[in-house]
Amino acid sequence: MNHTALAPAGPFAERIVELFWLFGIVAAVVYLIVIGFLVYGLRGRREAEASAPVSPKTLRAIGAAVGLTGIVLVGLTISDFLGNRALAKVPADALHVRVTGHQWWWEIEYQDSIVARRVTTANQLALPLGRPVMLELGSGDVIHSFWVPSLQGKKDLLPGYTTTLALLASRAGDYTGECAEFCGYQHAHMSLDVAAVPPDEFARWLEAQRADAAEPATEAQRRGREIFLTSSCRACHAVQGTIAAARLGPDLTHVGSRPRIAAGALPNNLANMAAWIANPQAFKPGARMPATQLASDDLAALASWLGSLR
Amino acid sequence: MSRLESTWADSPGLLGALSTVDHKRIAIRYVVTSLVFFVLAGFLALVMRTQLARADNHLVGPDLYNQLFSMHGSAMMFLFAVPVMEAVALYLIPLMVGTRNVAFPRLNAYGYWLFLFGGLMSFTAFALDIGPEAGWFSYVPLAGPQYSPGKRTDFWAQLITFTEVAALIGAIQIIVTVFKMRAPGMTLSRLPMFAWAMLVTAFMIMFAMPSVMLASTFLITDRLVSTQFFNPAEGGDVLLWQHMFWFFGHPEVYIIFVPALGMISEILPAFARRRVVGYLGLVIALVSIAFLSFGLWVHHMFTTGLPPLGMSFFTVASIMIALPTGLQIFCWIATLATGERVRFATPILFVIGFFFIFIIGGMTGIMLGASTLDQQLHDSYFVVAHLHYVLIGGAVFPLFAGFHYWFPKITGRQLSETLGRWNFWLLFVGFNVAFFPMHILGLEGMPRRMYTYSAASGWEGLNLLSTLGALVIAASVLVFVCNVVVTLLRGARAADNPWGASGLEWATASPPPAYNFADIPVVRSRAPLWEENFPAATVVGLPDLVPTALVTRLHDAQPDHVALLPTPSPWPLLAAIATTVLFIGTIFSPWALIWGSVPVAITLIGWFWPSPDEARRHREIEIKPDEAEQRELAFGELSS
Amino acid sequence: MSTRTTLDVSRLPTYAFGHRSLMWWGTAGMIVIEGTLFAIGIVAYFYLRGIAQEWPLSAPPPDLLYGTLNTIILLLSGIPNQLAAKAGEREDLGSVRVWMLVCIVFAVAVQVVRIYEFGALNTHWSHNAYGSIVFALLTLHTVHLVTDFVDTVVLEVLMFTGPLTGRRFVDVCENAGYWWFVVAAWLPIYFTLYLVPRLF
Repeated sequence: MNHTALAPAGPFAERIVELFWLFGIVAAVVYLIVIGFLVYGLRGRREAEASAPVSPKTLRAIGAAVGLTGIVLVGLTISDFLGNRALAKVPADALHVRVTGHQWWWEIEYQDSIVARRVTTANQLALPLGRPVMLELGSGDVIHSFWVPSLQGKKDLLPGYTTTLALLASRAGDYTGECAEFCGYQHAHMSLDVAAVPPDEFARWLEAQRADAAEPATEAQRRGREIFLTSSCRACHAVQGTIAAARLGPDLTHVGSRPRIAAGALPNNLANMAAWIANPQAFKPGARMPATQLASDDLAALASWLGSLR
Repeated sequence: MSRLESTWADSPGLLGALSTVDHKRIAIRYVVTSLVFFVLAGFLALVMRTQLARADNHLVGPDLYNQLFSMHGSAMMFLFAVPVMEAVALYLIPLMVGTRNVAFPRLNAYGYWLFLFGGLMSFTAFALDIGPEAGWFSYVPLAGPQYSPGKRTDFWAQLITFTEVAALIGAIQIIVTVFKMRAPGMTLSRLPMFAWAMLVTAFMIMFAMPSVMLASTFLITDRLVSTQFFNPAEGGDVLLWQHMFWFFGHPEVYIIFVPALGMISEILPAFARRRVVGYLGLVIALVSIAFLSFGLWVHHMFTTGLPPLGMSFFTVASIMIALPTGLQIFCWIATLATGERVRFATPILFVIGFFFIFIIGGMTGIMLGASTLDQQLHDSYFVVAHLHYVLIGGAVFPLFAGFHYWFPKITGRQLSETLGRWNFWLLFVGFNVAFFPMHILGLEGMPRRMYTYSAASGWEGLNLLSTLGALVIAASVLVFVCNVVVTLLRGARAADNPWGASGLEWATASPPPAYNFADIPVVRSRAPLWEENFPAATVVGLPDLVPTALVTRLHDAQPDHVALLPTPSPWPLLAAIATTVLFIGTIFSPWALIWGSVPVAITLIGWFWPSPDEARRHREIEIKPDEAEQRELAFGELSS
Repeated sequence: MSTRTTLDVSRLPTYAFGHRSLMWWGTAGMIVIEGTLFAIGIVAYFYLRGIAQEWPLSAPPPDLLYGTLNTIILLLSGIPNQLAAKAGEREDLGSVRVWMLVCIVFAVAVQVVRIYEFGALNTHWSHNAYGSIVFALLTLHTVHLVTDFVDTVVLEVLMFTGPLTGRRFVDVCENAGYWWFVVAAWLPIYFTLYLVPRLF
């Protein structure tokens, strides 16, 4: 998985990691100097007097150390401030995406001035290389935090507030994000998949996401769709192009194209999909999705239909 | 038995133990109880580390894991770190300033019982699977009525109430004892460094704790009677909780850390066999740290989308607190360098361990305090690494140094040097193996408070390493416990002043008698026992028919009057039981506030009501203020 | 053989008034702690007000009558309070008994009016954050009011029954000091609850 802050894939994460190395190297050098003086000082003096007054030389040395410390601290503070200024400069022409945190999944909506052109998905983000993406972050329940270390620092999702975060990818690849604010039972399984792709590939992806759900191609998939529409699934999940339009759980219109399901709890394949539907609590105890009682061939059909929704 | 001895003696047996107002007996209990909570909380951590040693582990599910880390943090912060430092202070301060007891001896007993009952309530709730589960800082709305049903979070909130009241009581004791009960001649400029540190800490406690008390009360009422403090839908605010909590929470860590700084300033000079270098600078540094610590709290909220100007201010403050901390470190190094060559023994080993570990924690603290850098590091394992480096390096190592240093004074026996060294090295190595990898895990994208992680994350190797380190830490604690037990059973007897140190606590027997000093000494310098011909003078004429102590003037430590101290009594325990019923009752019903107050009122009246016997004795020795004569110190200028 | 000077404290008093006494410092510590509590409560009020679109939230401001009445009674109660304190310093038992009784009457009056104040707040703690903080501030002050009242009653009973020693007169003065705090703490709370929604 790509989720290290030390291998930035965009300019924001780059600026932060530069700061980290600056602070880190300064810290290491200062540490070695101070420990060096400590070890040297442990030797003490042969004739030391318990109540001897402190020599002016010693006081000057302490004063110099404090002064130097002050200078280093001011320098580090200024460099952080400059870093902050750099991060605040978001180029124009940003794509807008609304992210809403839920226990325990990410609701993603690509904005557009025309409502019908908006794209709703879950637990995944595609980003066009070189073009900034402004995230508007909110929460549907408790506090969460959006963190894709390869690209940016994190930002909290707070009920009652809208926060913003700019993403800009300059290196193509697949990156992983996590929820970084403890949000209850399955905080550990609230992951998202981020794909940074060239702009034309992104445009194709967005267009495909806008489309209604793919028509079933096999008999099993047809039966799977029917099962979906007649059981409890549509009480929570939407599939654009069918009558299922509930928004309590993740949108499933293109669920087949996601690398992982259940907000990163499982790789996306037919076996996992079926197992997840049968008993979500086995993988994500505490998740809001109830178990679904289905005969095993019905379950396979349902999984196969969902898998076909690319 | 002299009259002094019989006046100060406790009744034998259980009644005496439950009624004692001897600050030393109470403080020893306080320390031992805190250490029990430390071991319990540490065991919780071992379970967590075992769960995290392998990817996709199934040892512990999310429900139990959430309780584990919430209890671990809450118990370590509220039931160990603050109480143990206050307890050490409650033992040492009267001895260090040359008096017979703390200012309010019965209140002291009450504070301990309240602390004990709060801790028992908390661990009982955990044992019954209704322990706190929203983390030690309990963010809303997760901890609110909608997302944390049941009583779990209410037990957390009342744990706060118990422990903060106990801590506030301790703070008042320390301030009044230090201000008004110093031995004659101990002006403030001759106050021991540990007393300065505790004085500063006590003021921080008084200004910080009300914030968390009010916040936790708001949380309980949101949960119990539908107030809307933290509900955005009704005008409340989730960030209000964070502001109120962290306004307390940041000073809290300095409340834990500053006493440790005071301990180092006592121990290190004794081993260097010279007075500490830069006394004035050290005191000013402590006061600066206290003030600055109230101006940092927003650095816990750097990712909440606050305005940039605010973030810059708190970045500056957070980084600048390194300056007074650095001054302390430089003064200590100068003390070592201008003193005799250090003879290595366990206390100084732990002090040296402090330097190696805490400074790393300080560096990562500067990183976290830089708002831009914090955007990546916040809420990741980097923070877990940092907080343990500063708390264990900055507080636990000095605390262990203090235990080994003052143990002979407290118990009259010397801890084993061999076991002490094993203790130190196991802790030093185990700690670094357990926690250094967490810096890397944080940078590799691992958030805090995850009960499990996938194999694909790449986090497994470092997690396993960290768990091995945790096992070594556990071994070191075991060695410490063995050292204490073996020493108490058959350790070598300790002299009055085994380290050849200079403070007043070493001027009396090991262990000290109940009345601390047979004769209160007059102090002429910052290092009384290193004065020629100590003590140059002693106090005579303190009544010994009842427990008494000398009250001196704040600004010049001249004798002012004699305080008639309270005798042992079971009322503080009874009042603490009544208070416990009140506090626990309000978890379940708001009406408990009314009916629960009645036993509290009754026990407090019983406590306060003077006994006719005691009143008669007081009247026998009573000298009214207008009849008395001031006594200036009988001799001329005292050199410092 | 070292000659040792002695410092003879046998003629020092066994109690003292004002900042000389330990009790004064203990009371001062309590005042600092509770004062901080009030200050943080008031800051929380202004914080919630700062994020609100309108204030008060969905309610008229608290009726002025009972709150203002209580402010007057509290300020007037300072007179017997101060007289009790002075009597305590003089160790004049007769005057202490009288003036403390007057203080108790005033305290009862304040508590009775306080009941009407709660009824005239025009909101409820469960309605919204405004209601919650208003009830919180008034309740906080009421808790101090009631506990100081109980303190005063107990002390007054003791003044009649004994056993009395000189130190009990110090307690009278410190009790009066704490009442001053209860009065003083009320003023900013009154200002916040009753005047801020009207003036700003």
